[in-house]
Amino acid sequence: MRVLVCVKRVPAPGARISITADEQSVDTTHLGFAMSPHEECAVEEAVQMVERHGGDATVLTLGPAEAEEQLRYSASLGVNNAVLLRTDGTAWDPQRTARAIAGAVETLEAADGPFDLILFGNESADSGGFQVGVRVANKLDRPMVNAIKGIVPDFDSGLVTAKRDIDGGFEVYAMAMPAVLGVKEGLNLPRYPTMRGRLASKKIDVTVIEAEADAGGQAKIRLLSPPEQESNTVRLGEGVAAAPAIVDLFEELGVL
Amino acid sequence: MPEILVLAEHDRGTLDGATLEALTFARTLGSDIAVLVCGDFDLAAQLGEYGATKVYVAEHDLLDSDFGPEAWGQTLAALIEDSQPDIVIACGTSKGNEVMAQAAARLDVPFVANCLQVEADAEEMTRVQWGGSLLERSTLDAEVKLISLSHHSIDALAADAGSPEVETFEPELAESLSRTVVVGREMAEAGVTLATAPVVVGGGRATGGPDGFAPLEELAALLGGRVGCSRAVTNNGWRPHSDQVGQTGTRIAPELYIASGISGAIQHWVGAMASKNILAINTDPDANMVVKADYAVIGDMHEIIPAVVEEVKRRRG
Ligand SMILES: Cc1cc2nc3c(=O)[nH]c(=O)nc-3n(C[C@H](O)[C@H](O)[C@H](O)COP(=O)(O)OP(=O)(O)OC[C@H]3O[C@@H](n4cnc5c(N)ncnc54)[C@H](O)[C@@H]3O)c2cc1C
Ligand SMILES: Nc1ncnc2c1ncn2[C@@H]1O[C@H](COP(=O)(O)O)[C@@H](O)[C@H]1O
Repeated sequence: MRVLVCVKRVPAPGARISITADEQSVDTTHLGFAMSPHEECAVEEAVQMVERHGGDATVLTLGPAEAEEQLRYSASLGVNNAVLLRTDGTAWDPQRTARAIAGAVETLEAADGPFDLILFGNESADSGGFQVGVRVANKLDRPMVNAIKGIVPDFDSGLVTAKRDIDGGFEVYAMAMPAVLGVKEGLNLPRYPTMRGRLASKKIDVTVIEAEADAGGQAKIRLLSPPEQESNTVRLGEGVAAAPAIVDLFEELGVL
Repeated sequence: MPEILVLAEHDRGTLDGATLEALTFARTLGSDIAVLVCGDFDLAAQLGEYGATKVYVAEHDLLDSDFGPEAWGQTLAALIEDSQPDIVIACGTSKGNEVMAQAAARLDVPFVANCLQVEADAEEMTRVQWGGSLLERSTLDAEVKLISLSHHSIDALAADAGSPEVETFEPELAESLSRTVVVGREMAEAGVTLATAPVVVGGGRATGGPDGFAPLEELAALLGGRVGCSRAVTNNGWRPHSDQVGQTGTRIAPELYIASGISGAIQHWVGAMASKNILAINTDPDANMVVKADYAVIGDMHEIIPAVVEEVKRRRG
């Protein structure tokens, strides 16, 4: 089978997120980079499916040259091919991103045949537009369902069964492949890269395509921090000596 | 005044409360408020109470059986073309955002998810990024403005109700859209869920492994609550992902959240911040969770939680 996974390079902030002086982006001076946990699960799922059914997995990102880091990380986990849709690193709106990704998918499929499944994250970690996957699926005229936490492809029937996370359980969908799915963390437990995987990832060829697409109708003016919740932390004490004070608090809050 | 169209979210005829948030929000933007109900379901009275002046009931075989993101998205796109609203609003739930994205894709127009506030007939807005850790001011340039309201950001309030005019809408839907209609359900046994628990006892990396959660389980059981955890825990396979609190886990809102051995990274915090009270238990007095919590105890959770369990048992006799 052939699987494509789309991932987005994002900063990995810790206790707080700082904004640059021009208010246009997250200040990444002291930060590393990652992808959304949803997308990590998409990568893991692609690797597992290829391990089970054979074929190959491809990872694609639209972003600056540095996003090669996320492609090589995916390769260290077992993804076979990597595609960088290179931009100048400015934030692209969701319509523009989807146009470029859909165009690249068409190019890749014209060369090597269709992807049975294209996996997206449920939403990107930073801008969280909840739409790039839906838009790409629509341009390719493929079925798409978001919030997926279980995927079982069946190559005899050509159907993929997908479970959507809803309050208190799952909804089940059955789609003919090729199909597109937006997945959520919890789909699987992503592996860590092995030393061998890391070494192999250094050697894979990254296909670079210059990203090109018309801008969409939404534009960022600036970023801002939400108002801080005031906190006057009440210290109930230290160590086991604080146990009675903690239980007093339970009584006070009526939770005992 | 702009003409507004609101998407009703419902599960086979049972209205989702999120729709009432969307209607409450819509009333701050205009008074001409139509609502789309996908499928032949009678929700007009409920929708009217919250300010709907008109209800379109979309009738089609594909809509009567169950939810389908593509069938709903195509229906919404068709009604937008037909009725030409200025602003289209859904509540930013999983399905609300998905149906809006489907409609926007079909019309090739922008869609702005999870807004907190909009101005100038939705030409400018404040929206949520990073699951709520950051906000974005943005502009929206489009003939019809598709937006969703950040879920739980406002309370639903009933309006001075009139009874809405009801009109049947018959969209043309390709039979092929049945490909994404729900075919079944797997429901868990009902019980206290993480999202609704009155008390959540959370453990982080400092639990040290699956066994480290035993005292937390005991305390949660004593308080009628549930155990939660951080991503460091689920990533190590110590607890299932359904226990994870945070941006990519569950958003909790208990009366009391006890965060033990959790540093309070921003992605964890956004899932916990709606808790009425937070008690942090941590060896580090400068941990973000300690600094932001309402109450804190400095010390070793492996000693403190069992001591609290004993104290609860002692008082109960
Ligand atoms: C896009 C994105 C999304 C994410 N989504 C989530 C999410 O949904 N939920 C989530 O939780 N994380 C999420 N994360 C991960 C997050 O950034 C943190 O890595 C994670 O929350 C850390 O977990 P922790 O607090 O248990 O571990 P640590 O940060 O390692 O903290 C451990 C804490 O335990 C304390 N401690 C140590 N020993 C003891 C002891 N004996 N007694 C008491 N305290 C002790 C330490 O002082 C420290 O504060 C996300 C990250 C990204 C990039
Ligand atoms: N720049 C990008 N490069 C690759 N994939 C992306 C990019 N932006 C978004 N995606 C994918 O689309 C999903 C949804 O993104 P969004 O619509 O921004 O919430 C993400 O989880 C990714 O899988």
